Amino acid sequence: MSQYVLRRLLIAVPSLLGISLVLYIVLALAPGDPFSELATNPNVPPEVGAALRAKFGLDDPIYLRYLRWLAAMVQGDWGFSFVSRMNVDTLILQRLPTTLYVIGSAQILALLIAIPVGVFAATRPYSIFDQIANTFAFIGFSLPTFFTGLLFILVFSITLDWLPFVYSSDIKATGIRWLFEQIRQAIMPVMVLGLFQAASMTRFVRSAMLDVIRLDYVTTARAKGLGQPRVIVKHAMRNAMIPVVTLVALQMPAVFGGAIVTEQIFRIPGIGSLLISSILSNDTPVVMAVTFVFACLVVLFNLIADILYGWLDPRISFR
Amino acid sequence: MLDTELRTMIDEVKDGRMDRRGFIQRMLAVGLTAPMATQLLAIGGVAMAEGPSVYKPTKRGGGGALKLLWWQGPTLLNPHFATGTKDQDGSRLFYEPLACWDPDGNMKLVLAAEIPSLQNGGLSADGMSVIWKLKPGVKWHDGKPFTADDVVFNWEYARDPATATVTIGVHRDITVEKVDDLTVRIKFKKPTPFWADAFVGAPGSIIPKHLFADYKGAKSREAPNNLSPVGTGPYKFVEFKPGDVIRGEINPDYHMPNRPHFDTIEMKGGGDAVSAARAVIQTGEYDFGWNIQVEDDVLLRLEKGGKGKTVYAVGGDTEFIALNFTDPNTEVDGERSSMKTKHPLLSDPAVRKALSMLVDREAVKKVIYGRAGRVTPNFLNGPEKFVSKNTTWEFSIEKASKLLDEAGWKPGADGIREKDGKKLKLLYQTAINGPRQKTQAIVKQACQKAGIDVELKSVVASVFFSSDVANPDTYAKFYADLEMFQIPMSQPDPAQHMRRYHSRNVATKENKWQGVNFPRWVNKDYDAAIDGAEAETDLVKRAALYIKANDIMMQDIVFIPVMHRLKVEACANTLRPVVSGWANETDNLFDWYREATG
Repeated sequence: MSQYVLRRLLIAVPSLLGISLVLYIVLALAPGDPFSELATNPNVPPEVGAALRAKFGLDDPIYLRYLRWLAAMVQGDWGFSFVSRMNVDTLILQRLPTTLYVIGSAQILALLIAIPVGVFAATRPYSIFDQIANTFAFIGFSLPTFFTGLLFILVFSITLDWLPFVYSSDIKATGIRWLFEQIRQAIMPVMVLGLFQAASMTRFVRSAMLDVIRLDYVTTARAKGLGQPRVIVKHAMRNAMIPVVTLVALQMPAVFGGAIVTEQIFRIPGIGSLLISSILSNDTPVVMAVTFVFACLVVLFNLIADILYGWLDPRISFR
Repeated sequence: MLDTELRTMIDEVKDGRMDRRGFIQRMLAVGLTAPMATQLLAIGGVAMAEGPSVYKPTKRGGGGALKLLWWQGPTLLNPHFATGTKDQDGSRLFYEPLACWDPDGNMKLVLAAEIPSLQNGGLSADGMSVIWKLKPGVKWHDGKPFTADDVVFNWEYARDPATATVTIGVHRDITVEKVDDLTVRIKFKKPTPFWADAFVGAPGSIIPKHLFADYKGAKSREAPNNLSPVGTGPYKFVEFKPGDVIRGEINPDYHMPNRPHFDTIEMKGGGDAVSAARAVIQTGEYDFGWNIQVEDDVLLRLEKGGKGKTVYAVGGDTEFIALNFTDPNTEVDGERSSMKTKHPLLSDPAVRKALSMLVDREAVKKVIYGRAGRVTPNFLNGPEKFVSKNTTWEFSIEKASKLLDEAGWKPGADGIREKDGKKLKLLYQTAINGPRQKTQAIVKQACQKAGIDVELKSVVASVFFSSDVANPDTYAKFYADLEMFQIPMSQPDPAQHMRRYHSRNVATKENKWQGVNFPRWVNKDYDAAIDGAEAETDLVKRAALYIKANDIMMQDIVFIPVMHRLKVEACANTLRPVVSGWANETDNLFDWYREATG
């Protein structure tokens, strides 16, 4: 087991190196200039932009810049933002709690809806409940979040005036009121993201469950005289969860990566909105750090998913 | 003639025979008023008046929270590193300049005790120096006194190339010296008629010496106070998250009486302009929304029965179409749009004239800009004193067609005009931005009717405005026949704005396209007018020279002015903001207050 983990981690090194190289080159070749705003400001002579480019090493050849970046990254220095003139890790850590809270809640909401609904629908395929669940699932994943987001704002903020649509990263209140405000402002983004996730996940849980529920060993369990809840939870669900775990594990990096569109609509100061604003202002060190950390998380959670298989199904062995 | 008349009037004001207001009104009549007009009085020997204050509250604080919504949040809080106006806006909450600009372009004192004038000895007659007297008793937020040393330090800090400030351009050609603890002298290398550049307005905000002295030069980025400002402003710093939020609280020791009105301040970033307008005008979640460039239709709809309104500030921003005077399609020594070429079509004055008649500015205003635009025949649209009255514009497809017919451009079989085998086909580029694409469509339609084929091209703004040498789509390279954008005018003086088109500033491969004269237009008379204006200390003659420069430009049709754009802000009905078209939105923040509802 530990040998397996070690081997997987070693394999991850070259693949992460490859990813970082590709990311770096793509970003370096992309058009744009972090100091472009200076160009249209008549107060700033053009040499200033050139001097800044030189200072931040933007005029050096790509391979030199990449090696410099890599050496810094290995030592734990994530880089220095051109636009904010501060260390990228501080910038990211500042955004992380909000993203974890909002996207994490959305994922939990999605699971809380998807697993019961999916399992229940699978136990009674083609019943009325199944039909309704299916219909909603289809509607859910057909509607993009930027549409449902705006719809929610129109209904709950503008027409009904119940919920705020500008997310505030720290609320000036204490105790119960703080908690209440924190929940109130997160309702809409969490709903938008959670329902979208839940829709596709429900479909997934349902089909995984349907595959398992027809197998002989489930019939055997029933024949033994076990009750329906016990058969479903203990016998069928545990096996049906294996593909679901993969899906959830692969979603986990997204919890850290943020949701670009939703964060932008609700002005949530998360990683997603940091990424998009950095891309728009050509702040390459930030874009590089966020995407690379994201890549690391994907590799890591893949590994975690593989290890979880073994726990869910002891027949799967690690070699 | 105008000159002598003015001199008499200035004398009358000096002797008290004519009051200041009367003078300004007379100036208005001859088209010579607004921001620089007061500077004119200053140099004529009368002190520049401070802009009137509309501030009503009679005690400090008590205004509750002020919530500002900047849809592009500030990303840093050091005015010397402020890449964009959003960063200047954010720094200005805490840091202050010596003086700022009010909505009429008048100077307003902040950290200075009086406005320099010839009378008080602040200005020298030769225009070579300015003496600023500082307000006594001003304290930084940490309790240390603000003195002349701080001002001198800002100059040293900014002019050091190793510090890599964006304000180096303002500071490198001046010398700042301390006269005494509360007096500084700025010396210029040549006569400088517009002396209010350094230390004025948001970009001129002053940072404390005692906190930044150790971080001058290459160590500048390590300064802890880059992210936690300690200023002299009405609000003290509480918290900053780049791109997200800035928080401040009232400064109980603020140096202006009864100010500020609000107890706390919050500047939230992120999102887009439309939803920002919505959060201010429709739901009232925020008090003030910055730079609401949204179609007027949408704003009008939001304003109906809403909780807020839009406010406008007049500055000098002009949206224009620039014409390329070189050939973008011929490569000479690896350079397109080379100075060695001439544009095959646009070098014909008739074509340029026809094009200017094919831009329906009235329609652009009606359909796109609405209340946020003014139709103009000029490139230079402010301050009022510099605006030419000699120019006109018209929209007429018939006249344009006739002009082209007469110049020998005859319609071909496909309806497109041609002459000597050259088809009248033009490439028209701009940055991606809703109003710009709509303007492109309006112009294209008119051109088509007149037999000119226009191909439209839109470039992402981050590329279009970049100084990336390797990219062919930047505005500076201008690999197109026409291009449309605007260059913001950031102070009430045309010098920087007009200097760009001097022939020595042509953008070429040699200067890595950093030359700012992107139409690559060369005109000796224009050069002479600009050179003359920059050395002219007589402000009346100087204004006349800039008007002449504008007229030469319009005669030659280097630019087709599309719209004189106003600043648009969203504001809660009860808030009384003071916003100047000549300054950052937060420049007059100390004068903002909320009217009691009831």
